[in-house]
Amino acid sequence: MATVLTVTSGKGGVGKTTTSANLAVALALGGQKVVCIDGDIGLRNLDVVLGLENRIVYDLVDVVEGRCRLRQAMIRDKRLPELFLIPAAQTRDKSAVSPSDMVRLCDELRPEFDWIIIDSPAGIERGFRNAIAPADICLVVTNPEVSSVRDADRIIGLIEAEEKGPARLIINRLNPGLVKRGDMLTAEDILELLAIELIGIVPEDENVVISTNRGQPVALDGNKSRAGQAFQNIGRRLRGEKVPFLNLEEKQDFFSRLFRLNRSGGA
Amino acid sequence: MLVQIKGVKDGLLVTLGEGSWPDLRAALFQHIAEREAFFKGAKLTLDVGNQIIHAADMGSLRDQLSEMGVSLWAVLSNSPTTEQTAQMMGIGTRISTPRPERAIRTLDTNLTSGESAILVQRTLRSGFKISYQGHVIVMGDVNPGAEIIAGGNVMVWGRLRGVVHAGAEGNEKAVVCALDMEPTQLRIGSLIAVTPKKTGKHQPEIASVQNGQVVAESWNTRER
Repeated sequence: MATVLTVTSGKGGVGKTTTSANLAVALALGGQKVVCIDGDIGLRNLDVVLGLENRIVYDLVDVVEGRCRLRQAMIRDKRLPELFLIPAAQTRDKSAVSPSDMVRLCDELRPEFDWIIIDSPAGIERGFRNAIAPADICLVVTNPEVSSVRDADRIIGLIEAEEKGPARLIINRLNPGLVKRGDMLTAEDILELLAIELIGIVPEDENVVISTNRGQPVALDGNKSRAGQAFQNIGRRLRGEKVPFLNLEEKQDFFSRLFRLNRSGGA
Repeated sequence: MLVQIKGVKDGLLVTLGEGSWPDLRAALFQHIAEREAFFKGAKLTLDVGNQIIHAADMGSLRDQLSEMGVSLWAVLSNSPTTEQTAQMMGIGTRISTPRPERAIRTLDTNLTSGESAILVQRTLRSGFKISYQGHVIVMGDVNPGAEIIAGGNVMVWGRLRGVVHAGAEGNEKAVVCALDMEPTQLRIGSLIAVTPKKTGKHQPEIASVQNGQVVAESWNTRER
């Protein structure tokens, strides 16, 4: 039976879709059977990030309104045969689907998969309620900035009110350099306020931008990028493994390492 | 009569009679189903009387109503639990027209009116609002974006970072105390204060009005 995982945040642009895509890839690489559902009807993105845009024939709304069978709307990823996507409709809006439609859909998918990942839209309205209605686990994504943490707090409150808690937290786009200089909220600052379990910290990484544009999630390249590695670790933690958090401060680029070598040589 | 409907400024006011919640709920849905065209797109205010409704019930009620094209705008109730549930879910608990009077079961206590308080045993997150005529006691944090409005004192056993208003009905003798006092805004009676950014260690503090100004002092060092 599948576990339904909803990725949400309240604020837009913090990396819900990137997180959904990469967790799906990380879990599928670990041999799990995964289906992603794009909950952002009218502003779909997940298909682009996964690089499956050109293969969409039917979408979520077609399934709900009975124009196709569930199987027909599921797009199989060519790179990972155990990964599927149910895309959102682009020409409709959130009201085309109701929370109980989502529950029914997930119940139909549950027996065949290990994980159902729902990418929630931003906001706290219908789209958000659709996304959390079937959830077993809610992952709240936040950036280390005050506005995003404030929205995450609100979202966690709503998740608790719907009795879908306790939510788990992913801190995305943490910049270790800025944190060190005291110019960015630290993970401890955020955790002190939100007081929920942390399941991963993803460092800021330009590879994410590149991979998003190419439709090739960073997690596909395994441990080549810091962000990819962080998503892989979250995937393993979701499966119950104990994985230590990445030590983000250790990283040094080539030049500073060279500089340091030089100095120690000269001293 | 289990279901009564009335048009009000905020949409439709539906008053449920006495009875068990499953019966009332079924009656409500039947009522709406029979008059589908009338209810389509309506903003509904539901007066549930003394019913105690928990989060799961209220959530499914709202979702089912929204599938019938009806949005649940507000829930009116005499039960504090139901009111709190509604507030947590972002559903209103008040409408602009006064509610029709109905018998309220009063609690049997020998406390005077100035001594009643509610105890909130949870962290208040952003968007959560509590308003109460008596004192408010919170065991947990009050995060930025949360709001407490009390007729009496406010006591927070945790970090206070949201907006708090004590003595909201003009009582300037009201006090606010917290283990860590860093509210976005602190109001006592008609006075408003903004806390300066704190440096140094956190300590329990109590805020009160002294000579027409809101003053916060350390709990440990103040004269008792």
